[in-house]
Amino acid sequence: MSFRYLLQRLGTLLLVLFGVSLLTFAIIPLVPGSPARVTLGVMATDASVAALEHKMGLDRPLPVQYLSWVSGIVLRGDFGDSLINGKPITEQVRQRLPATLVLAFAALLIGLLIAIPSGILSALRPGSARDLGVSIMSQIGVSIPDFWLGILLILLFAQVLHWLPSSGYAPLSEGLVPYLRHILLPAATAGVISGSIMARFVRSAMMEVLGNDYVRTARAKGLNERVVVRKHVLRNAAITIVTIIGLQMATLLSSVVVVEIIFAWPGLGSMALTATLQRDYPVLQASVLLFATSFAVINLLTDLSYVLLDPSVEYA
Amino acid sequence: MSDAAVVPRETIEETRPRRSLVKRALAHPLVVTGSIIVLVLALVAIFGRWLAPFDPTAMDFGARFAPPSFTHPFGTDDFGRDVFSRVLFGAAVSFKVAFIAVGISGTVGVLLGLVSGFLGGWIDEVVMRFMDVLFAFPAVLLAITVMAILGRGVGNAMVAIAIVYIPIFARVTRGAVISVRGREFVTAARALGQGRWRIMLRHVLPNALGPIIVQTSLSLAFAILAEAALSFFGLGTQPPEPSWGRMLSEGRSFLQQAPWMGIFPGLAIMASVLGFNLLGDGLRDVLDPRSSR
Repeated sequence: MSFRYLLQRLGTLLLVLFGVSLLTFAIIPLVPGSPARVTLGVMATDASVAALEHKMGLDRPLPVQYLSWVSGIVLRGDFGDSLINGKPITEQVRQRLPATLVLAFAALLIGLLIAIPSGILSALRPGSARDLGVSIMSQIGVSIPDFWLGILLILLFAQVLHWLPSSGYAPLSEGLVPYLRHILLPAATAGVISGSIMARFVRSAMMEVLGNDYVRTARAKGLNERVVVRKHVLRNAAITIVTIIGLQMATLLSSVVVVEIIFAWPGLGSMALTATLQRDYPVLQASVLLFATSFAVINLLTDLSYVLLDPSVEYA
Repeated sequence: MSDAAVVPRETIEETRPRRSLVKRALAHPLVVTGSIIVLVLALVAIFGRWLAPFDPTAMDFGARFAPPSFTHPFGTDDFGRDVFSRVLFGAAVSFKVAFIAVGISGTVGVLLGLVSGFLGGWIDEVVMRFMDVLFAFPAVLLAITVMAILGRGVGNAMVAIAIVYIPIFARVTRGAVISVRGREFVTAARALGQGRWRIMLRHVLPNALGPIIVQTSLSLAFAILAEAALSFFGLGTQPPEPSWGRMLSEGRSFLQQAPWMGIFPGLAIMASVLGFNLLGDGLRDVLDPRSSR
């Protein structure tokens, strides 16, 4: 990978992050009414609202407000204070970020455990009943609303069978078993959906490689099918699969937001909705900024890994 | 001389591939299955108000939580309202929001992609970087954020969903336009001195329509999902108007008591999304056989 390409992609990332920060910052100037009124309530006098606006720095020119907001985040990790409880948002972020990360990873893991075996199995026997089954499963996976799947899983596993808790979170300090019991349903909800979408892509990546001359040669040499699949097909399909995982992260992160809300999971996604419903805009800004930034970074890493894994990829 | 002989050759050549395209589409199992599902649901959306056995907002406290029966095929909810009638009425809301939202995002996104792909240069750079920025927000979170700015309600939900899907239409159109803009007929139109807009709208766009049609179908599926999600969160359709997402969120509190409240609206959402997805996938096979899935 050339140094120039790396610099170019980093430049694009910085540009996107700048745009993301501008749009996220724009939430407060764009919302109707003053954030100070959210804090003080509808009965507050105009004078007290103006005084609080001055204290919050909302009477400064917008570029100045933007610079002070961005520099606070970049230099000190300071997202400002909540309009509702006045506490620093950074504290909330610090508590909620690990919960979101763990949920996203658990969901990705479940997704991959579904996608890779089913994608491979269906690609090896195209047109078979197994292939049809995977294809139907992935169509349903793409079409099922994540919030509905969550409800169905709660109904079955929490309310009918009483195997798992219906919502909430248990910190790891309470022990591994309660922790895993709480994460299983939310992670399965997001994981099943992204897994069934990924299965389709794994299948087509495998099919593409299976059609290559070197696979035919490997088979013609009399190599065991298992060896052919493991050594020749999987290794080459891996490049596409890594890209798919990266691209799938967008859907996965969107699902994580929804799933956190359904399962009252104390992460950044549920924080965004609560903030929206309570009109706690700085908290919404923090959540949006963190999600968008991580997604932009994941996109960059996906692109770079694609180039790293496949030296024949032309980077322009 | 017979009538057929006076038909100009170009007309015959132009219509043949189109006719065979329709024939191929009608023979494709995904297109047929998707179209049937979409058509049935569209009919329900249009005529649902006359098909519904009950007023969807009429409460009957004597019939609260009645399980599915001949009178109430999908049971009743916590206010004794007929879930079947509410699902039928909800179809109209879902389809209206989806079509208007995709109409807006399609128009804006296609125009942006067309201009950006055809003109290239700094316009392309600026438009596509802006699309990259919008793309960096997870869809649901972007929609929630737009709703936070615009306020709750079904009209604002349409705008929010439209904004989310503009970058997808722009990217798809741009890609298709770039593959068309170097072709001979575009060069010929340029040589004839035709204006940029005329070339873009008369020659480039019609030849880039395939991926846009596919994207429209897939976006309708996502728009139905997004409307349901926003209403589920309490941001979209407001009570007492029946909406599938809203019904699911109401049903969630009574899962054990009346599971039908959470099952039937969800099935309706899934069927609509499945219909548009199948149609989109089938159309992709027919219109763009090279793209592998």
